[in-house]
Amino acid sequence: MKIEVRGLTKQFGSVQAVSGVSFQVKEGELLGLLGPSGSGKTTVLRSIAGLETPSGGDIYIDGKRVNDLSVQDRNIGFVFQHYALFKHLTVFENIAFGLKIKKWKPAEIEQRVAELLQLMSLDALEHRYPHQLSGGQRQRVAIARSLAPRPSVLLLDEPFGAVDAKVRQELREWLIRLHDHLNVTSLFVTHDQEEAMEVSGRIIVFSKGKLEQIGSPAEVYEEPATEFVARFIGAMNILEGRVLNGVVKIGSLEFPAPNLPDHVSVQVGFRPYYVKVSEDPQRYRQTATLRHIYFLGVAYRLEIETAEGLILRSRMNKEEFRQYRFEVSQPVSFAVTHFRFLPQEGMPFPSPTPPQLLDAGPFTP
Amino acid sequence: MMRRLFIGSVWLYFALLLIGPILYLAVQSFNEGIVAFWNEVTKPEALHGFTLTLEITAIVLVVNLVFGTITALVLVRQHFAGRTMLSGLIDLPFSVSPVIAGFMLILLFGPETILGTFFGTLGVKVLFAMPAMVLATLFATFPFVVRELTPLLQTIGTDAEEAARTLGANEWQVFLKVTLPMLRWGFVYGATLTVARAIGEFGAVLVVSGNILMLTQTATLHIYQSYVDFNYVGANAVALTLLAVSFAILTVLELAKAKAAATVA
Repeated sequence: MKIEVRGLTKQFGSVQAVSGVSFQVKEGELLGLLGPSGSGKTTVLRSIAGLETPSGGDIYIDGKRVNDLSVQDRNIGFVFQHYALFKHLTVFENIAFGLKIKKWKPAEIEQRVAELLQLMSLDALEHRYPHQLSGGQRQRVAIARSLAPRPSVLLLDEPFGAVDAKVRQELREWLIRLHDHLNVTSLFVTHDQEEAMEVSGRIIVFSKGKLEQIGSPAEVYEEPATEFVARFIGAMNILEGRVLNGVVKIGSLEFPAPNLPDHVSVQVGFRPYYVKVSEDPQRYRQTATLRHIYFLGVAYRLEIETAEGLILRSRMNKEEFRQYRFEVSQPVSFAVTHFRFLPQEGMPFPSPTPPQLLDAGPFTP
Repeated sequence: MMRRLFIGSVWLYFALLLIGPILYLAVQSFNEGIVAFWNEVTKPEALHGFTLTLEITAIVLVVNLVFGTITALVLVRQHFAGRTMLSGLIDLPFSVSPVIAGFMLILLFGPETILGTFFGTLGVKVLFAMPAMVLATLFATFPFVVRELTPLLQTIGTDAEEAARTLGANEWQVFLKVTLPMLRWGFVYGATLTVARAIGEFGAVLVVSGNILMLTQTATLHIYQSYVDFNYVGANAVALTLLAVSFAILTVLELAKAKAAATVA
């Protein structure tokens, strides 16, 4: 194990920022810490770096307990959201900073910095000052600076949070390529679930100082372990209802729940692409009114409202969308093809429940 | 029409308050010729005044930079009881008349007080001597460095220092290689303002110095004394010299501002 966190807690005054978080990071992994602001993810990262002192729990790097090691001695690279470059030093001097502190020989410094300048495509900029660089360039300098002393772990705190959308996309690809190239164990914090999905090999989802789920992007997306994860990762329709005679009836929708006891209230979740919609009122069993059509670039999102006032989101790709002639306010038919019961505390069923297939209705292909 | 009126009134205001007096002072300084001017500026009493002013300014500058930096760092970064009150007190010297400041020193170090007796038995002369004059000038200039550094420290934050720590720098290296260099323009502003104010200080110094010729008479006190003694050319000449120094300091400050604006951006 490269990094191990055991029972980490952190208290800021009366605020419990992190409560009992444990996880392991494998050598060479690129791991995303994902959660809304205030979920404790940054505190966890800063505790690993030694910039924050935990109130409880242990942190191990390379099998060694580092709780009592100072930041300086942990041999980590840290990248800050707002770059934190030394404004009074040039790009070269910024990258060389850690090497000078560690008393590398001038020739070696020269060589290492040149190497990183090339790796990060900063060659022509070595004599510039940070204020003469764009946001994306600054963050690349910051990453180069953190990598220069060959840290055993790279920690990035919202590394792309301060740049605009286009540069953010570029930097994400940079990080992935860099990680493929250097294979340094990297943890990065983000509040952007799309970014976490795209960049990380595994994701840890945080909420309110607690670890909600750890797994591959596909796992947290397809099999959310908690209601929070289901709501936070990707769009999901979530309906609440009560079990009665093995069925959860919500409006005119019926979800079979043969293994659940009666009168238990449950949450039913289904992704928008499991909601099939047709302008042919006979196509599917359920009926609704089309409220909105959103163009998302690669796909369309439809918002429909049932007679009972339930609002559901559907998603279809462009090809599928073109087969229909949708108009806002027209009556449509729809079906939910897959659903799952969302895990809730104290629920008498295993979480996550496997997705279940629903009868879509009278198909007339 | 209104526009012209406004621009005209601003010109008039400047002319009346700044340009006119300065020009008149310059003309009057050379009223009895350049030789008289030179003699007044280089006579022993005047030279002694300049030297004394320079010494006081140098001491005050060093003390102010050191304690101003410590004060600003503590007030911005440390959370402790009474912090807000101390922050509020920083501006006090701006609102207290220098004469009152001098008077407070007289009361504090008078021969009957504990402090006065203490220094008296040590044989250290505080009042009507250098120490009191430095203290009085410190009182007047105390806010400058702190007030320049405080907002700067707030905008800089602690990210860069933390970055330096993650790169292996110890606390002393962080301070010398990161904190101080990032504050450099704050030091330039604070220092120039301190020097300008220290050179021009009069009221507080007049009260605590006793204005003893060739002993505790600073340049500004010398101007005042010359004026009282009807030596108008002497007063004008020394005044013009001080004015030239202030002007030079101001120019340095403006150049620094332009440079800082270009590098901080």
